[in-house]
Amino acid sequence: MNGTVGASGLILNEPLLWEKGSKGRRGMSMVAAEVPNAPVDADLCDEGPDFPDLSEIDVVRHYTRLSQWNFGVDSGMYPLGSCTMKYNPKLNDRLAATPEIACVHPMLDDACSQGALRIMFELQEFLAAITGLDAVSLQPSAGAQGELAGMLIFAAWFESRGERRTKILIPDTAHGTNPASAALCGFTPVPLKSGADGRLAVDTVAAVMDGETAGIMLTNPNTLGIFESNIRAIAAVVHAGGGLVYGDGANLNAIMGIADARKCGIDVMHLNLHKTFSTPHGGGGPGAGPVCVVKALEPFLPAPRVMRDEGGYRLAAGGAESIGRLHAFHGNFSVLVRAWSYIRSMGPEDLRQASRLAVLNANYLKARLQGTLHLPYGQPSLHECVFSDLLQHGAGITTLDIAKRLIDYGYHPPTIYFPLVVPGAIMIEPTETECRDDLDQFVAALQAVVQEARDNPELLRQAPVRTKLRRLDETRAARHPCLRG
Amino acid sequence: MRYLPHTPEEIREMLAVIGRNDIDDLFASIPADCRFDGAIPVPTAMTEWQLGALMRDIAATMTVGPDHCVLVGAGRYHHHIPEIVRSLAGRSEFLTSYTPYQPEMAQGTLQGIFEYQTLTARLLGLDVANASLYDGASALAEGLLMGLRVARHGRRVAVSMAVHPHYREVVRSYLRPTGYEIIELPFGPDGRTDLSPLQGVDGLAAVAIQSPNFFGVVEDLKEAADPVHAAGALLVAAFTEPLAFGLYRNPGRCGADIACGEGQSLGLPVSFGGAALGMFACRGEYVRSMPGRLVGETVDLEGRRGFVLTLSTREQHIRREKATSNICSNQGLCALTTAIYMASLGGSGLRQLARHNYDLSEYLKAGLVAAGAELVFSGPTFNEFVLRFAGDFAPVRQRLQDRGIVAGIDIGGCSPPHAGCYLFCVTEKVTKKDLDTVISEVRA
Repeated sequence: MNGTVGASGLILNEPLLWEKGSKGRRGMSMVAAEVPNAPVDADLCDEGPDFPDLSEIDVVRHYTRLSQWNFGVDSGMYPLGSCTMKYNPKLNDRLAATPEIACVHPMLDDACSQGALRIMFELQEFLAAITGLDAVSLQPSAGAQGELAGMLIFAAWFESRGERRTKILIPDTAHGTNPASAALCGFTPVPLKSGADGRLAVDTVAAVMDGETAGIMLTNPNTLGIFESNIRAIAAVVHAGGGLVYGDGANLNAIMGIADARKCGIDVMHLNLHKTFSTPHGGGGPGAGPVCVVKALEPFLPAPRVMRDEGGYRLAAGGAESIGRLHAFHGNFSVLVRAWSYIRSMGPEDLRQASRLAVLNANYLKARLQGTLHLPYGQPSLHECVFSDLLQHGAGITTLDIAKRLIDYGYHPPTIYFPLVVPGAIMIEPTETECRDDLDQFVAALQAVVQEARDNPELLRQAPVRTKLRRLDETRAARHPCLRG
Repeated sequence: MRYLPHTPEEIREMLAVIGRNDIDDLFASIPADCRFDGAIPVPTAMTEWQLGALMRDIAATMTVGPDHCVLVGAGRYHHHIPEIVRSLAGRSEFLTSYTPYQPEMAQGTLQGIFEYQTLTARLLGLDVANASLYDGASALAEGLLMGLRVARHGRRVAVSMAVHPHYREVVRSYLRPTGYEIIELPFGPDGRTDLSPLQGVDGLAAVAIQSPNFFGVVEDLKEAADPVHAAGALLVAAFTEPLAFGLYRNPGRCGADIACGEGQSLGLPVSFGGAALGMFACRGEYVRSMPGRLVGETVDLEGRRGFVLTLSTREQHIRREKATSNICSNQGLCALTTAIYMASLGGSGLRQLARHNYDLSEYLKAGLVAAGAELVFSGPTFNEFVLRFAGDFAPVRQRLQDRGIVAGIDIGGCSPPHAGCYLFCVTEKVTKKDLDTVISEVRA
């Protein structure tokens, strides 16, 4: 493993918070009381939570050590398919923390918050411009809530027309959250099989589209990284049947300034700002999942949204058809500021260039890894490519083993076992922010792992061996849940 | 562009490996009639210093800034955030990682969230807390949906009208296509929820009460638990100000089955209401009906303690349309941030801070009542309360705002019967001097 990124480091042990500290220690100084103690109803009171008492340095060491057990985009390549783990610019964090912006209270009059409203208004406009759609709500807090918004809009649209539709079409190459989001709105998912070429066929949709079907949820490019090139014809079939087309925008990073959602026939689309628009994922959020629609569906959007008139920027409540609020206030505002900052930094040319380079990187990896790993779909693909462990079956090695051994080489593994249409899937999305040298090193690491699978498969089964902990017993965690200390 | 590392030469070489002449050739699978026309209509790129200057211009248009004394809560609270909280939560190993799908590379996030779950469960007095939901409002909606799952034959939920009006709107949005009925519970002159409309209601799955509620009034949850349980329903305790549990009895000890609400006041900036944190906890027997992610303890191959995402058979990626929720990305970093905050305060600090907030707010309340204002609700409060003034308060409020103090908000917009009533909030960021200024301006 000489010359690879991974190396052993000085990693320190650290107990759980309540295994350290001492009663009476303090990590935050309290001001002296300026006013007298007020009487309080003792019947309603209690002794307060059983938290450990820690000093400032206790807390600092604790979380610094924990952070050193983590791997982020700033640590190295994170080619997690469909997650778009691109570099998260530092400037965006800085701007979101601008004191006047970070302290703005959401219950004050619009006149107090013109700057914050301007950022939201501009972001609404930018996202409409990038997708080609007409109107945007920034309320949803993540992709899945954006999907929920989309499905609520479907339900409200049919309700406004006095129709009741119960089914929703979802191809096997769509994102995993789609069925659960649809089910929350009372729709029964109807799974559709993609064709041998990894694309959904028009006939497949035509065969099931009927008067009880609310529409289709399509991820484009799909989770194989393949553009659904029949999308216009599919949309025409769905529209002819009175249905609506939902575009899952999680993979927008492949097509900014290249494909136009409206021309594709999409009526509603959510975006993941924590993917395409570079906001940091924070180990599981906060994200943001704005929802974009065509003009006819604008009245149904979640509210409030920001409008502009002669008086400046203002929050506009929704009309009778709006699906209402999805968030107590305006979604994950600090994430919205970061995405605004990213779009402002990139401009029209570099947004498009980001997609072009993301696709170049994925195709470069695909070309270089062919033969090393099995490629189940040879069709042209865009920002990600999906391999499998088929060639390693002879050695008794699985995708999981390959993924775990990659960790020893200093890489976050790709997405594994998804999409479900590929058994043992290894789904790689490098993003545009990896340079050629880093891609070459990643290829070398994967080739070395595959060589080890032939020569010494036990190395893979035992991996990872250079991390703080070895493989963890997930079965035990589920059988005997211990969810708190 | 500094975020895009490719040189023209590298691009040529990479294309040669792929066997193409131009990057555009890689997009041949996109039909002409799906193509984007022309350049994306967004403004041209800005350098770091240009964008910094633009942000300064935008910040200058904010008429209420960080130096103002803002006596407004109503769901978001200005508390002091210790410097270590910002600094530690901003470490890029936490910030730039994904959901911990590969536990060997994410023990920092996983232990951090396990600790968050533990502190949250202890704060709320319940057995188990999840890894977070989006915000307090969607957490309440998820809590009611969970109540409907647990009750099986339930088809109604009841929600107090003293719950934050925006939370009630979100609940309506979530439940609208499900066909379940929402019963609205009124409140009495003490500002506490009136449970009497529940008598004789059948098919009741859950009852949601917020404490402290939108009016700042602390509800008697303990009294509510028995009638709610007797009706066969779960008691869902909502909250927007969890600091109150440093002083007042927590939802679990009052008999709540589910506690769900907003965690912003524990170390997150107000930031126009987001990024937020949906805190969610329940009794152990209901854990398999719970929405959201859970981190659990386990061991590695060598028997050492470690943490993983667990009980994921409840979740969307496994159970698909039968999942307990569609949530995937949650508010991981916000959860970690509040855990750092709770660790910084400790049990002693949290109690002291809660008491400090209470005393300051009682000081303003008593001072304004002495100056002629009328307390709208008679129930006990935490750090918020509602007042009605003898004359028109708006000009007084404007004079105070000119002096850098935002004195409450008129709640008529969200609670029409209370037009002209003002909701005040006091936290530790406010000084006695500010409060005395408000009191003397009202007296004048």
